Amino acid sequence: MTISRRKVLGHGAGLGAVVVAGPLVVSSVAPAYAGAVEDIIAEFTGGTEPGSGKVTLGAPEIAENGNTVPIKVSVESAMSADDYAAEVLIIATGNPQPKVAILGFSPMSGSADASTRIRLAKTQDLIAIAKMSDGSFYRDTKTVKVTIGGCGG
Amino acid sequence: MSKDVKPRVKVPKKAAAGDVITIKTLISHKMETGLRKDKKTGDMIPRKIINAFKAEFNGETVFSAKLEPSISANPYIQFTTKVMESGDFNFTWTDDDGSEYKATKSISIG
Repeated sequence: MTISRRKVLGHGAGLGAVVVAGPLVVSSVAPAYAGAVEDIIAEFTGGTEPGSGKVTLGAPEIAENGNTVPIKVSVESAMSADDYAAEVLIIATGNPQPKVAILGFSPMSGSADASTRIRLAKTQDLIAIAKMSDGSFYRDTKTVKVTIGGCGG
Repeated sequence: MSKDVKPRVKVPKKAAAGDVITIKTLISHKMETGLRKDKKTGDMIPRKIINAFKAEFNGETVFSAKLEPSISANPYIQFTTKVMESGDFNFTWTDDDGSEYKATKSISIG
């Protein structure tokens, strides 16, 4: 990787605001590790095609600092003993290692909501895939712009 | 076992039976990805992250997470749980080197 995280830390804080105000150069959001991403999804779903809806992935549209980007997942579910969201897989398609985390819920979770902070190497798509207790899968995608190129890097 | 690793957890002290409470956890840890080079020697810095997290209430797992290097340094995890009775939460973070970091919090219902 040529883009150093240190650089982002050093420049990001001060220049972030300027970068956002200026014209945004939207870099390609094509996943650089598409093959790996598909493999990770297939491993998680066992080949089942995820439906849309139910799962919501929350992330900032623009992240000034790719070192710590807050994200939130929530799944619509009754969270009862026989109908609950079991797991949520989070993937950052543009990271060298796209798999970010697998969150495991239980009927005792009350609601399938969780937040964490993740690293993003560059502007990219995030994917959340929820696995329900009945074996169905749901998917949500969100693009996050990482203003990493703002320092000429 | 690193000395600088310190878990912090925020759990409400009291709740009503059936409440869904929010738990916030943070642990100080570098989360070394294994992809960085040592600037002086040029050698790769070996991976060392928290790879798993688990929250138990009265012995039963309520929330767990498998973590990868894409999780930020000082991993922060927030989740919810439904409490029906008073009891103790046990939180466990597992390091790549096999060591476990633990925290305990109690909650009373009433």
